[in-house]
Amino acid sequence: MNQILSYIHLKQNQISLNGEIIFSVEKEHSLTEFLSDSYKNFEFAYPKFHKMDALCKLGFIATEVLFSNSDFITKNNKEKMAIVLSNNASSLETDRVYQNSISDKKKYFPSPAVFVYTLPNIVIGEIAIRHKITGENAFFVSQKIDATLLSNYTNLILNKNYGESAISGWLNVDKASYEGFIILVGKEENTNKNSIFKPLNQLNVLELYNQTIWMH
Amino acid sequence: MVFPSYNNIISSLGFNSQENFEAILNSKIGIKKKLFSFSDNPFHVSEIEQNKLSNYCSNIQNANKFTKLEQLSILSIQDIINQSGLNPNDEKLLLIYSTTKGNIDILENKYENFDSNRAYLPELGKILKTYFKFHNEPQILSNACISGLLAIIIAKRYIEQGLYNNVIVCGGDLLTEFTMSGFKSFNALSNEPCRPFDANRTGINLGEAVASILISNNEKFADLYETEIVSGSSANDANHISGPSRTGDGLFQCLSKLSLNNQENIGFISAHGTATPFNDEMESVAFDRAGLNSIPVNSLKGYYGHTLGAAGVLETILSLESLKHQTLIKSAGFETKGVSGNICFIENFENKKFNSFIKTASGFGGCNAAALFAKIR
Repeated sequence: MNQILSYIHLKQNQISLNGEIIFSVEKEHSLTEFLSDSYKNFEFAYPKFHKMDALCKLGFIATEVLFSNSDFITKNNKEKMAIVLSNNASSLETDRVYQNSISDKKKYFPSPAVFVYTLPNIVIGEIAIRHKITGENAFFVSQKIDATLLSNYTNLILNKNYGESAISGWLNVDKASYEGFIILVGKEENTNKNSIFKPLNQLNVLELYNQTIWMH
Repeated sequence: MVFPSYNNIISSLGFNSQENFEAILNSKIGIKKKLFSFSDNPFHVSEIEQNKLSNYCSNIQNANKFTKLEQLSILSIQDIINQSGLNPNDEKLLLIYSTTKGNIDILENKYENFDSNRAYLPELGKILKTYFKFHNEPQILSNACISGLLAIIIAKRYIEQGLYNNVIVCGGDLLTEFTMSGFKSFNALSNEPCRPFDANRTGINLGEAVASILISNNEKFADLYETEIVSGSSANDANHISGPSRTGDGLFQCLSKLSLNNQENIGFISAHGTATPFNDEMESVAFDRAGLNSIPVNSLKGYYGHTLGAAGVLETILSLESLKHQTLIKSAGFETKGVSGNICFIENFENKKFNSFIKTASGFGGCNAAALFAKIR
């Protein structure tokens, strides 16, 4: 049985780890401020963070907080660790920035540093590079979080031994709104007291997705 | 077993797979010069003929309600439905749409009658669901340049798992100023027709295409190619977001998992072969590391340029035709080996007895995929 070991949910300028809000900033703060405040609060030291677009920064914060609160990343084989992510807006947030840089011929300045982020799976690449995770990849795009798709495909990867563990979930950035929801999935029970152990299925994914009681 | 079956390709070389395969056997190249507003020098690109598309649009109800990519996708998927007789309302039928940028031309304000919401990829899924009355919500996969091949691998997995019996994989991307200027900013575009794996390669040509293929567990659909998808997987280099691993780590990992017991029966490798210096070099290193030194390699980018989300589907279809006709497709643009890996190339069209091939893809974000296709009889 594949188990959800822990999860993180980021929205409305709050970070919830396994259902408990562990960090928040004032709701008036922008996404950019929320991301950089989070980075400072958890004392992350990864200079590449500052080059990333908002989607990648959101994915970085989500996975770093998760990993620093569990033994998932040290215990599992990273060659057999899958990353299955999804969202609604693909990379449109950065696509718009890039389109603006080429729309006006007088201010024409296409930048490779921006263009490279005009693909949603770049966040998978950033997480993979950070931790040398070389397993299966997939980035799906759906209207809203598709718990059936995520649990079906992640279960399939583990059941058919295409992977032994997985990082799975939703990372969306679009105009003023954003949301991150990531679960860590393993094959067997472990003894880590921080783990929650819920069988991976669509009902449990949805239950955890709706678990956090948000402030304001 | 999971079988590849009915398919369609809409590209600069034709509006169905047959036209495309015949054009290639006749050494036709779909790449032409075109001027873009961002440069004084023309670039070589491959484009779908607008006049032809307009004619075909008479087969679409209310064609003017759809963007160019939607029209092409409807035509391509309709071809699969017509050939197979599948009922879109079947609950065991799924559409997986593979794309990198979808309706990105919406952001260029090229259309007057479409809302900017149309740029969201789930809208594309919704439009295709409504048009064909699919029972299941189409799934959209956007995983850079491996999207098409990865969608085929995922389709096989879904069918093996019993989630679906039939999966239509449709891959599509357009030639736009967005992608052209972006690859130009990377200095990755060639002004000349691209030359994958050649010593004088200078970068990629971009192209547009929509290609669809039915993946099925139904024996009657196996008749077309008598071929199964044996294995396939993806892996990440975990090295760099816009450059491949110099040691080909991710691709090597994918190749290692293919279960290649019978190498002498593998006719060829259909590589990603974009004709950038780094990509082709990486692939050669990975093929060499995997011991595939005597299996000849081709890249179809010399005919179509890089068609992004469509590439993996389009190249798989043409490789299946190659297998069916026992004819190796020449790697267009290749003359002098310009990569360090000890591998060989398909330098001319050639009849050969073989019963399997490998398809690979690699892309931004460090992603790689490989799959093995083999004859079942």
